[in-house]
Amino acid sequence: MKKNYYLMSDGLLKRKENTLYFVNKDGKKPIPINKIYSIYAYGSLTFSSQSVHLLAKEGIPIHFFNYYGFYDGSFYPRETLLSGDLLVKQVEHYLNPGKRLWIAKKFIEGAAGNMEKVLGYYHVQNGIGKTVKDLTLSSNVTEAMNVEARMRSEYYSKMDEILPDGFKMEGRSRRPPENMVNALISFGNSMVYSTVISEIYNTQLNPTISYLHEPFERRYSLALDLSEMFKPILVDRLIFYMVNKRMLTEDDFEQKVDYCILNDGGRKKFIKEYDERLKKTIKHRELNRKVSYRRLIRLEAYKLIKHILGTQEYKPFVMWW
Amino acid sequence: MLSNSEKHLQVRGTEINYYFICKTKLWLFSHNIQMEQESESVSMGKQLHKKSYGREKKDFTIDNLISVDFIRRGETLELHEVKKSSKMEDAHRYQLLYYMYYLKKEKGIQNIIGFIDYPKLRKKEKVELTESEEKSLEGIIEGIGQIVHGTISKPEKKKICRKCAYYEFCWV
Ligand code: SF4
Repeated sequence: MKKNYYLMSDGLLKRKENTLYFVNKDGKKPIPINKIYSIYAYGSLTFSSQSVHLLAKEGIPIHFFNYYGFYDGSFYPRETLLSGDLLVKQVEHYLNPGKRLWIAKKFIEGAAGNMEKVLGYYHVQNGIGKTVKDLTLSSNVTEAMNVEARMRSEYYSKMDEILPDGFKMEGRSRRPPENMVNALISFGNSMVYSTVISEIYNTQLNPTISYLHEPFERRYSLALDLSEMFKPILVDRLIFYMVNKRMLTEDDFEQKVDYCILNDGGRKKFIKEYDERLKKTIKHRELNRKVSYRRLIRLEAYKLIKHILGTQEYKPFVMWW
Repeated sequence: MLSNSEKHLQVRGTEINYYFICKTKLWLFSHNIQMEQESESVSMGKQLHKKSYGREKKDFTIDNLISVDFIRRGETLELHEVKKSSKMEDAHRYQLLYYMYYLKKEKGIQNIIGFIDYPKLRKKEKVELTESEEKSLEGIIEGIGQIVHGTISKPEKKKICRKCAYYEFCWV
């Protein structure tokens, strides 16, 4: 089974034959190439062109994060799984306003469903279900986005009912995050975004053509679209879990007057739990097979492909367990 | 040179195979929507390949269209296809017949015999390109063209779905 490698310290990526080595101040660690799914680099990473050749050949992406843990960019190897027909259809669904809006609304509905699940797990009453009904009134993507924004602020305001004292969120602050929970959300969301990029890479979808977000918003805007549905499950639930169990404390953060970020120790803890979640499996109802949370993202991409090809209408993923 | 009617019908051997197995699979494959090769039965197939016929020259690819597992050259040209099980006999047989047909029409090679080898079953099946087989092949090639140029066929659940690389794609 391939896995994600998280490089937390500064170091050098070297290649010797078919093995990569990560060299840092503590020594040299081999990473067998056929074991790597993606690499997440949190420290500053230097790499030889030989190692890049190998990663490109094997189709392995690297995701880079800056000092604050924010997503910087990806090394996205030349795509091997190209399908001209699919690309044409993907673009057609973007250019046709009705078709685009339809998909955009589905992504919002999926996100809403998962937010409700997360709050529902902690028995927190909320009006998300009601707000999302307003989507029927939205006649373009901007209006749909406004509904999404209302729903999201409702969601974040309810999060404080779940969080313990000292860990209240008090509204979402992004750049920079102003307190611990905001720091966790920002950090986690950028992990989900990169995870989704890796999954899209393994399909024929073009990651730059999106429906809910504008294609120019970010390099891989389709990953933004799909992330919406998975953030509540992969990030927010994890935050509640770790914070309520005191697995994360104030010592895991670097707090300054105007910003707050996870420190090294905190990142390590969070990434460990996040990775375990990705690997966790559930029995899939339709497939009658066990699939991992990470695989659920891939399945979402497959469903989108089927919708675009016209074989099956897209139904967004909402946790069913 | 291929005649005009044959030219746009250039098909890959795999497509002949898929025509018998599943029309959805044929469509997806021919439109370059392929799944990553992670599934277990795929890698098992590769293993079997390596073990059973290590000494022969493997995987001949001709004109980027067809690829046979190995070729033995003597008085006649022997084409060999190695298969795991005999479950999909027609699919295997016509795939091989197509290679023979292609070599005959395209390369003018006479005296070709085909064999399907089932190393696991210690079985070997001889395949000959008769006139009536040629006729059926032409019908199959025509049929493939229609499927590929049409819209994607709706998946239908069958026994082989469980082991198919498209399983998750089709049934999610
Ligand atoms: S899963 Fe079944 S229906 Fe789908 S392509 Fe494979 S064999 Fe055909």
